[in-house]
Amino acid sequence: MSNIEIKKSYEEINKKIKEGKAVVVTAEEMPEIVKSEGVKKAFEKVDVVTTGTFGIMCSSGAFLNFGHTKPRMRASKVWLNDVEAYGGIAAVDCYIGATQVRDDDPLNMVHPGAFKYGGGHVIEDLIAGRQVKLKAKSYGTDCYPLKEFEKTITINDLRNAILYNPRNAYQNYNVAVNLSKRIIYTYMGILKPEMGNITYSSAGQLSPLLNDPFYWTIGTGTKIFLGGAVGAVTWHGTQHSPDAMRDENGMVREGAGTIAVCGDMKQMSSDFIRGASITGYGCSLMVGIGIPIPILNEDLAFFTGLSDSDIKAQIIDYGIDYPDGNPRSLGEVTYAELKSGYVNFRGKTIPSSPLSSYPKARQIALILKEWVKNGFTIGVPQIQMPTVPFSKK
Amino acid sequence: MKSVNVLLIFKKEIMYKPIIYRIAKDFDVIFNVLEAKIFPKQEGRIILELRGTDEQIDKTVNYFTSEGVELQILADMIKRDETKCVHCGACTAVCRVDALKINRETMEVEFFPDKCVACGLCKMACPMDAMSGTAIDREI
Repeated sequence: MSNIEIKKSYEEINKKIKEGKAVVVTAEEMPEIVKSEGVKKAFEKVDVVTTGTFGIMCSSGAFLNFGHTKPRMRASKVWLNDVEAYGGIAAVDCYIGATQVRDDDPLNMVHPGAFKYGGGHVIEDLIAGRQVKLKAKSYGTDCYPLKEFEKTITINDLRNAILYNPRNAYQNYNVAVNLSKRIIYTYMGILKPEMGNITYSSAGQLSPLLNDPFYWTIGTGTKIFLGGAVGAVTWHGTQHSPDAMRDENGMVREGAGTIAVCGDMKQMSSDFIRGASITGYGCSLMVGIGIPIPILNEDLAFFTGLSDSDIKAQIIDYGIDYPDGNPRSLGEVTYAELKSGYVNFRGKTIPSSPLSSYPKARQIALILKEWVKNGFTIGVPQIQMPTVPFSKK
Repeated sequence: MKSVNVLLIFKKEIMYKPIIYRIAKDFDVIFNVLEAKIFPKQEGRIILELRGTDEQIDKTVNYFTSEGVELQILADMIKRDETKCVHCGACTAVCRVDALKINRETMEVEFFPDKCVACGLCKMACPMDAMSGTAIDREI
């Protein structure tokens, strides 16, 4: 556990949850409560704030174990619907990555490519219970003689299907514009020349890590909503960087924390896990994540009470700067501005559009709220994520 | 008063006839040119917004057909699969006519087929493959 001051303990909150007495609100409802009653009263009143996010999250994938064949096989190359899964793990284990495209995909040969089907779509198809063609090859050994195997399977034929995403739920993210003179097709969507539009990809006030900016309550062992089922935070995610720019409150102003998450695909729903095709870029996976934040002290009530107008992100040029690796920020914008549909920037009114689904994020936070009200307890983090010191202003 | 977006294709035999002039003069409909492409001596394509009463619009449509203009009602051309759409909003970045627009209360993407000009850009922007149909320039 982190060394923050705990005024309301995990035990106390979990006892209330088990008794059905916990007061649970979403991160969209909390700012209203804090605004009308103040941080202190909000802390006393609210036990848990639920969060949600649903968007394209690269660095996702799944470990699949397809069970032993007869005769046995030590698969070294594996494909699902012609999308290659990494087979160098064990005899019948593989890892299907969300961004892997089909072997015969034309890619960007005719730019911008459509990237119709990839690993993310395989994961969605499996979760939806659809049939998937499994193909495996091997060189054959004395104990595993079979060299080729092909079968149409569903998720029920897999011994295990475990979603394991090394980097999800980015705490904040770049806001994209295009300063070049040509239209570009990026993972931040289609960007028109000379700042013709602006895109963003965060649930803002509903986003899990933005509600616990110093990761006091989120760490290895935190129980979460993942793709419609119960999942867990397993570690800090790849590229986790707590020392990102922060504002006077301590809120991150750019991409910062990330989490690695894990859950049983057999319990998930394709309402909350979807394969994605990004024109000109590639394939990926849309992931739905919700995290309950226990309100252990007033600082957590304060942070969960911040709204879109309190959360800022950096405007990055994806036309020239980003591809060149130049980290320059053009300016800062709040999620409230971005969500209004227009951003006034450098004397221009630029139409803004999201890439992550706010309605789905809201739905996830509401579902998680019901879960907690019905006995879903808060997981006490067993290992804290790397963080930075917090000093109260 | 209603508003309909139509695609008109003028083959070379009729492309220099003053047909559009007649719709204002004879049927008193209000029209607004949303897009136009002229390929000299080959073909002309115009997207028009027509505004008027049901009767005026029906008469106008019949007139176009009688003059040999190929006409398509654009509202019927692009469809959204509601089961695939996740309301991410990516399409709203490229829709030029606000046929796909975010409701700021719900943050859901609303689709207004009557405003659609079937450019097909939403299909390209949608990561969920939720938009389908025929665009005016190409099959999408």
